[in-house]
Amino acid sequence: MTLDSRIPPGPIAEKWDSHRFSMKLVNPSNKRRFEIIIVGSGLAGASAAATLGELGYRVKVVTFHDSPRRAHSIAAQGGINAAKNYPNDGDSIHRLFYDTVKGGDYRSREANVHRLAQVSLNIIDQCVAQGVPFAREYGGLLDNRSFGGAQVSRTFYARGQTGQQLLLGAYQAMARQIALGNVELHNRTEMLELVVKDGRTAGIVCRDLITGEVFSLSAHAVVLATGGYGNVFYLSTNAKNSNVTSIWRAARQGAYFANPCYTQIHPTCIPASDDFQSKLTLMSESLRNDGRIWVPERGDDDRVAGQIPEGDRDYYLERRYPAFGNLVPRDVASRASKREVDAGRGVGPMKNGVYLDFADAISRLGAPVIEERYGNLFQMYERITGEDPYKTPMRIYPAVHYTMGGLWVDYNLMSNLPGLFVLGEANFSDHGANRLGASALMQGLADGYFVIPYTIGDYLAPLLGEKPVPSDDSAFAAAETSVHDRVSALLSTNGTKSVDHFHRALGKVLWDNCGMGRTEQSLDKALSEIPAIREEFHRDVRVLGDGESFNQSLEKAGRVADYLEFAELMCLDARHRKESCGGHFREEYQTEEGEALRDDENFAYVAAWEWLGVGREPTLHKESLEFESVQLATRSYK
Amino acid sequence: MSEKMHMELKVWRQAGPGQPGRFVTYDAPGVSPDMSFLEMLDLVNERLVEDGEEPFAFDHDCREGICGSCGLMINGQAHGPERATATCQLHMRKFSDGDQVTVEPWRAAAFPVIKDLAVDRSTLDRIVEAGGYITVATGSAPDANLIPIPKPVADASMDAAACIGCGACVAACPNGAAQLFTSAKLQHLNLLPQGQAERWDRTISMVEEMESFFGSCTNHGECEEACPKSISIDFIALLNRDYVRAQLKQRRLAGQSFP
Repeated sequence: MTLDSRIPPGPIAEKWDSHRFSMKLVNPSNKRRFEIIIVGSGLAGASAAATLGELGYRVKVVTFHDSPRRAHSIAAQGGINAAKNYPNDGDSIHRLFYDTVKGGDYRSREANVHRLAQVSLNIIDQCVAQGVPFAREYGGLLDNRSFGGAQVSRTFYARGQTGQQLLLGAYQAMARQIALGNVELHNRTEMLELVVKDGRTAGIVCRDLITGEVFSLSAHAVVLATGGYGNVFYLSTNAKNSNVTSIWRAARQGAYFANPCYTQIHPTCIPASDDFQSKLTLMSESLRNDGRIWVPERGDDDRVAGQIPEGDRDYYLERRYPAFGNLVPRDVASRASKREVDAGRGVGPMKNGVYLDFADAISRLGAPVIEERYGNLFQMYERITGEDPYKTPMRIYPAVHYTMGGLWVDYNLMSNLPGLFVLGEANFSDHGANRLGASALMQGLADGYFVIPYTIGDYLAPLLGEKPVPSDDSAFAAAETSVHDRVSALLSTNGTKSVDHFHRALGKVLWDNCGMGRTEQSLDKALSEIPAIREEFHRDVRVLGDGESFNQSLEKAGRVADYLEFAELMCLDARHRKESCGGHFREEYQTEEGEALRDDENFAYVAAWEWLGVGREPTLHKESLEFESVQLATRSYK
Repeated sequence: MSEKMHMELKVWRQAGPGQPGRFVTYDAPGVSPDMSFLEMLDLVNERLVEDGEEPFAFDHDCREGICGSCGLMINGQAHGPERATATCQLHMRKFSDGDQVTVEPWRAAAFPVIKDLAVDRSTLDRIVEAGGYITVATGSAPDANLIPIPKPVADASMDAAACIGCGACVAACPNGAAQLFTSAKLQHLNLLPQGQAERWDRTISMVEEMESFFGSCTNHGECEEACPKSISIDFIALLNRDYVRAQLKQRRLAGQSFP
């Protein structure tokens, strides 16, 4: 099957406008004759549900959360980018487009990114009108700040809780549609299978997480907006329940999975404190503006930080990158910390971190200035570690944060399965091999508010008059049986080890071999170890309780089972991509300065994988990336 | 590095909605002071699985204090002993070796127990659906900088909007009232210029929806004390003010005159 990205013809700045005109429309009174299922209630899912409900479609929203407002978008801190150019500092749609393509290390699709930059303007308008309390200047107008990878200030923010406020805006707009009866909410419900019939997406099979009932929902189209798969590493900054299940279930039905190896590692997180650590907490990277990163010269130096004299410290970023020092890009900073810790110079009780030291800044600027700049972060750090960063240096270490890969979609955000749309972090389309800060929120809302409402109509219009496949059709019955079988297999294995045991084991293999640095050898190792863990999981996992009630171990077991299949694809993709780009760093391919070395001649394409079964080699489909508006260049921030 | 602690947990176990529940005591040795409270529960649960006993259920997700999923009564205090801290951000170093810790679900008529420590809080969603929004069709918004909003107003709105919807205010209230939650959502929107068009209708619908599920506020102030985001009880005063004004306006619209 050839991959048709359906990029509209014409100059980049006119593609979206001309496409909007050429797409088919569903007239207002006919919209209620179409049913749409949306899975996920984060920024992308909630904004899509609110908008499609408002347009008159009959929408069902499925979320495993108790309330749609809990979706992990809520945890985003920093902000949302938009090319408003309010600060008059040289921003434009084209510059946001350019920065995003470059930041993604030239592995994203130009046309999608340009549309994202265009609709970024509408997002801010929409959110302000909804009552999102963005930060403001004293004159009452909106404030902006700068963020990594850009030389302009284009980031809008609501304290350190931008994701929360944007999600509440979308959730409230959706709540209004729920009250009006346009959107039907299925909370505490998990999608466990995608149903495809006669080449079209027909619906999904779900499990009611409270009663255990397995049931089918059918519709004319299914929209997946279920976020990323960073938790495949077990430890990440993602919420505990974030998972790959819905997109993996779709991949098993034939949806192509694109660029699964593109994962983003954030340099400044609080390191794990013990083996029972359940997740990692991000500390804003703005801390690197005033903190100095160092480790002791000698790995066996047991003195507390304050007693180690200057001569026995290695400020390795300042030493290796004198021009940028502590402000090198995320991926460079992350890899440098890993190198020190791997060499045995890590600090802290588990020797798994590096120091981020504010002593110089405090003596230069005074504690009150530092408190004003970072007070809330220092407080959060102290709450978690019990250490006072005004007195002793912070300990930080990189952690998995975001996944750029996801299901393959065309320009209309439709996967290769007709009628299956994928939005937000769950798709692959906009961030290439590396996402810039404050761009995830922008993409989620762009997809949900301003892209899918147009493009879904183009798919639905020709289906007018057709009923969805009934949910008692044999295709649904077969999918329900498969869900029942999986659930009972997990419950009846009756082994000796907990689900978390296997998840931690998988996470360690991936972190060690498919993490910040990857090599042919490490990936071979991972690929030989993952099937063994998977096999042991299915033989020896212990899931207690039953399938007819609220059973969190069972939920977790299903998700980990899917991770154990998906992880293999991720490593295969990483092994096949013999170049370094963005978050994918193959140690064999680097410049003399240790920067990522791309191979545009051989790898300027999207790798879209067709899954063929457990233990079978997946088929690779390539969508070659054409760069017409941005010149391919070596990414340099020096 | 730090010494391990030995705790004793009394955990509420309940098989399902409407079923009888009881406290079960669990021995919890080997607790690191650096663990979060939820990681301590993970540890105990992991051992229960080893021993063949079903782990207890509790809601949690982001573990960064922002999603509002977690929420436990810890020794009778909503979210435990540390002020302005959600359960997931509470760490074991706030306890002492040998402590007995009682862990219960939120107790409120409007939050029925689903299982063990997990409760159904969807009544809070019903309050938002009743009017906790500003009606603005996607695409119809004017330019974002068209309406200047004085910084203190935006800041006050943000103070209210910081609510995470965890339900601690209800659990802490002797009356099981949801005034703090409702007032926070109401004032987030009512304080803003964009929220004025629907202000009075919003106030009445949200308050009435709230009263159909929750108890009445008698100004105990326990809610503010328990709130992990330190939402001020002043917002309840603003809710009461808006409610009275909304009632008057409604009657005026019904043809009655007021001085």
